[in-house]
Amino acid sequence: MHIRSWRFIILIGLVGLTFLASMYVSLSNLKGSLSNLQDPDRAFVYLKLLTVTDNSLPPFHIFLGFLAPLLGISLGFDAINAEQNGGTLSRLIAQPIYRDNLLLAKFLSPMLIVSILFSALALLMLGTGLILTGIRIDLQEVLRIFSFVALSILYVSFWLSLSILLSIRFKQAATSALMAIGIWLFFTIFYPIVVNLTIRSFLPDPNTLSPQQWVTYNDLILNWLRISPSQLYTDATTTLLMPSVRSLGPVTMEQMARAIPAPLPLKESIMIVWPQLSGMIAATMVCFALAYASFMRREVRG
Amino acid sequence: MHDPIIALTNLTKRYGKLVAVDKLNLTIHKGEIFGLLGPNGAGKTTSILMMLGLTEPCEGTAYVCGYNATRQPIDVKKKVGYLPDSVGFYDNLSGLDNLVFIGKINGLAEKEARETAVRLLETVGLTQDMHKKTGAYSRGMKQRLGLADVLIKNPEVIILDEPTLGIDPSGVQAFLTLIKQLSHQQGLTVLLSSHHLHHVQQVCDRVGIFVDGKLLVEGNIASLSKNLFDKEGYVTAITLQSGSGLESIVEELGQEPHVKQVSLQDNKLEVLCEEDITANIVHFLVHKQCDIIGVHRKDYGLDEIYQKYFENKTHNSSVHEKSFPLFQRPFFKKRDKQAPERP
Repeated sequence: MHIRSWRFIILIGLVGLTFLASMYVSLSNLKGSLSNLQDPDRAFVYLKLLTVTDNSLPPFHIFLGFLAPLLGISLGFDAINAEQNGGTLSRLIAQPIYRDNLLLAKFLSPMLIVSILFSALALLMLGTGLILTGIRIDLQEVLRIFSFVALSILYVSFWLSLSILLSIRFKQAATSALMAIGIWLFFTIFYPIVVNLTIRSFLPDPNTLSPQQWVTYNDLILNWLRISPSQLYTDATTTLLMPSVRSLGPVTMEQMARAIPAPLPLKESIMIVWPQLSGMIAATMVCFALAYASFMRREVRG
Repeated sequence: MHDPIIALTNLTKRYGKLVAVDKLNLTIHKGEIFGLLGPNGAGKTTSILMMLGLTEPCEGTAYVCGYNATRQPIDVKKKVGYLPDSVGFYDNLSGLDNLVFIGKINGLAEKEARETAVRLLETVGLTQDMHKKTGAYSRGMKQRLGLADVLIKNPEVIILDEPTLGIDPSGVQAFLTLIKQLSHQQGLTVLLSSHHLHHVQQVCDRVGIFVDGKLLVEGNIASLSKNLFDKEGYVTAITLQSGSGLESIVEELGQEPHVKQVSLQDNKLEVLCEEDITANIVHFLVHKQCDIIGVHRKDYGLDEIYQKYFENKTHNSSVHEKSFPLFQRPFFKKRDKQAPERP
């Protein structure tokens, strides 16, 4: 039922447009960035396709960080309450099916659609790149791009489960949609401001700080920011798509002393983002568990 | 005929302080059409939800088709079709597709579900509209589609919550006839909840009157009406040519055996008696040279039964506000409704 609905068509259109725009921008800047000898990632043509930009448009992965929550919210905000208001929910749960299955279906079917959509986009991008550049693709790049796709799906699934939870909590679909968008806006725009402001307010003058203290405070800010799922997603995608990123926090000169600026193997990159990954999985699980708990024993009236 | 298919014992549901259903005991046998009659907010829907295992009772048990509805709701739902009061369908699917979907949920294969759905749509008279989107259906059509939807799982019991709400009179007639016909043809047990007396009166073998979470009385309409007669006595209304100079006759009539009370209003005489002595009264009046132009022995229809039980209730306790308009209605209706004979 999702596939033919207007909201899904609009969102697919948006994702598609984003994809085309960022492909165009990155293709036109690809040459410059590949010949930049300073860049340790220059060997990864296909990763560059996703991340290079001339600053007129954000790169694809940042764009997706914006659109993925919208996609998740739009697919889930009326999952339960629209059925209830339409009178179909009471008819549905009077059938011999378990309520778990109803909730799981509401979660898994949008996930399936989103997975197919994202995989198709990734394959499309690889194909276009292959035709236009003719450069052989590395196995590592394929793996990195697909872990990026998997990560994006996971990110959508967090917003989907959050919006399903809201659709159970609130009776009106409009309320739950607004609430979900409110949470999303809060985390992407206001939360970083709030964190920065509060920590700055008790932060002593940066000029008087020793480097160690400075690092501690910076870590503190970053860790608080990481409560926000969008921060987790940005961290994780950046690490996956830019193999030379070795650490997400500040790095001291001592730590960098003997390091050669070279791309990390995929396994190391994944090791770096593992906390982010598990954080996102945990957040999704928590939302889904709450949704489950509040839906299972609820009385549904017609 | 005598194995209980729905057995409720001491079923109780409380929402905070409000007792929605209070120690409900009810047995419904196979093949019966049972009418659950009560005002809005009496706890009818709550009882039905408990029978389907859609909400948990605070006390007591509900057995439907031999299964405990609270512990084995899935088994119960396989055998029971439920039509909620505000039934809805997926508006962007056709009526047929809506049915096929429910059929598939109930474990029918695609082809089988489609065939059954087409057959049922014919039964409920929606063959012409089956490819129309349900968003374009009228309320009556939706109710009929709902009935088909209930029947597609081939149930043993169907539970209809306010099935006649919002349908026009001819639609109601057709709908009730359909229910009755289906029940007789397929041996279905039907539990029908309504606050509409006349609808219930038309189809139900047995009714239960349900007020403020309590089942006040149950039985067929004839026995309910007899109960009332036994308690209240028989009323004979006699219309005379003129009402003047009758005071002495009224007084004398009051002395007659079995007469409990005589009242005179204009030219209408109402006599309340312990037994049915209409003939004696007429005889007496003729003897006194009164010109009788009409004699009417009052019967208790469902209106009176309902109102009577509810009246008792109003005296005893405060009543839900929203039920008032409903109970004022019988006052304005004709009181001489005949209780139909039940086979």
